[in-house]
Amino acid sequence: MWGKVAKDALLHGRIYIMEHVELFFKSIFIDNMVFATFLGMCSYLAVSKKVSTAIGLGAAVIFVLAVTVPMNWLLDQYVLREGALAWLGPEYASYDLSFLSFILFIATIATMVQLVEIVVEKFSPSLYNSLGIFLPLIAVNCAILGGSLFMQSRDIPSLGLAFNYGISSGIGWFLAILAIAAIREKIRYSSVPAPLRGLGITFILTGLMAIGFMSFGGMLTGGDDGAKEEPAKEQVEHLKQLDKNKKEKEVVEQKTALNQ
Amino acid sequence: MAEVAEQEEKVKVPKEPLFSKKNRKLITDPLTDNNPITIQVLGICSALAITAQLKASIVMAVSVLFVLGVGNVVISLMRNIIPSKIRIIVQLIVVASLVIIVDLVLKAFAYELSKELSVFIGLIITNCIIMGRFEAFALGNGPWKSFLDGIGNAAGYGLILVIVGFFRELLGSGTLLGIPVLGDPIEKTGLYAFGYENNGFMLLSPMALIVVGLIIWVQRSRNKALIED
Repeated sequence: MWGKVAKDALLHGRIYIMEHVELFFKSIFIDNMVFATFLGMCSYLAVSKKVSTAIGLGAAVIFVLAVTVPMNWLLDQYVLREGALAWLGPEYASYDLSFLSFILFIATIATMVQLVEIVVEKFSPSLYNSLGIFLPLIAVNCAILGGSLFMQSRDIPSLGLAFNYGISSGIGWFLAILAIAAIREKIRYSSVPAPLRGLGITFILTGLMAIGFMSFGGMLTGGDDGAKEEPAKEQVEHLKQLDKNKKEKEVVEQKTALNQ
Repeated sequence: MAEVAEQEEKVKVPKEPLFSKKNRKLITDPLTDNNPITIQVLGICSALAITAQLKASIVMAVSVLFVLGVGNVVISLMRNIIPSKIRIIVQLIVVASLVIIVDLVLKAFAYELSKELSVFIGLIITNCIIMGRFEAFALGNGPWKSFLDGIGNAAGYGLILVIVGFFRELLGSGTLLGIPVLGDPIEKTGLYAFGYENNGFMLLSPMALIVVGLIIWVQRSRNKALIED
């Protein structure tokens, strides 16, 4: 009996981890904030002239997203949604405050950014010196509010996943700004047509990069269905065995083909 | 959007120079040489994400026009009582309230479209163009000037949105505002009779970036003063 319990726990653990891994890669590559939804473009274009500043801003974005998305998830789950106030008592169960979500989300973000700024200044002056100037900028970065709004519209199911979503979409944004900053540092030495120099070529480059990132779209199409079916362990073993057999067969076939 | 600006210019009040040369410049400048998108690089996110259809672009442009026009006036009226330390939060609250109004109106009268625009209406709050104008203009100028500045900048933003939306919808799906203008691709009428095909690539998001890049190219080759070095 205990064996079965352990097996179940393992299986659930596996699904749980897979869920996280999937969301992680999905938010970084497939739903990349810059290339798929164009969030945070303003600061992406304005602060990407040098790699070092780009790293500073990118790190700040990861940090703030990781804090605000779970906060707003809690807010959404326990205050804003239809029926979310049920924990206050049955008479509150029918309230639907979702129309307030914009104002509450942005208030959370603005206050969190201030709070983070104060805390970082107190406990890590060196981090503050490198992130400091970017933190106030971030309150109005669409990537931050966008992260919370997408979290709400995509119905992220748990706090852990919301945290994961915050961090990984931040990493996606970080990668994007890092890449464009590096390209812009190099492109200064190429002869771009004069009217395109600076902003114009950055737009076109970002477009080309976005086309490149579209190729990640197929990365998880198989994984989405797999997670829902919850394959039993025996079946997995069986499938593995089948695969092995198949591979062996193929190898044999290849060998025979080669021999012929 | 350009018509709005022109109409307002025609209504001239003789005694008080409501539309003095300086005030007119507030509206016309952002349309061309000081365009929020192509020159100031503000408010790019929404400009790119929702321009696959002309209709969505127009709705977005009008929403921003409303939010920026009204918001600029409100901030300008409050400019002397806002403590400068918490001004960002005050600004955000003002914008968020206005955006909630826009969102609810869209949900009530154009539900399909509001579904299509999804989170991007909410993202007007953090549209840098709005915070940018609050910070740079409304906090230091009177309500009337701020109103003109808001309208002008929103119009300049809307102009680019409409241009991008126009080309993306025309070349991508061969329609304008949902009405087929190039003929029927299945029946092979109109242009399609000559073997023309829709370029589905225009509907994908990367093309928005490239189209804006091309607009910048055209604008800067016409006005050499704007070229960066």
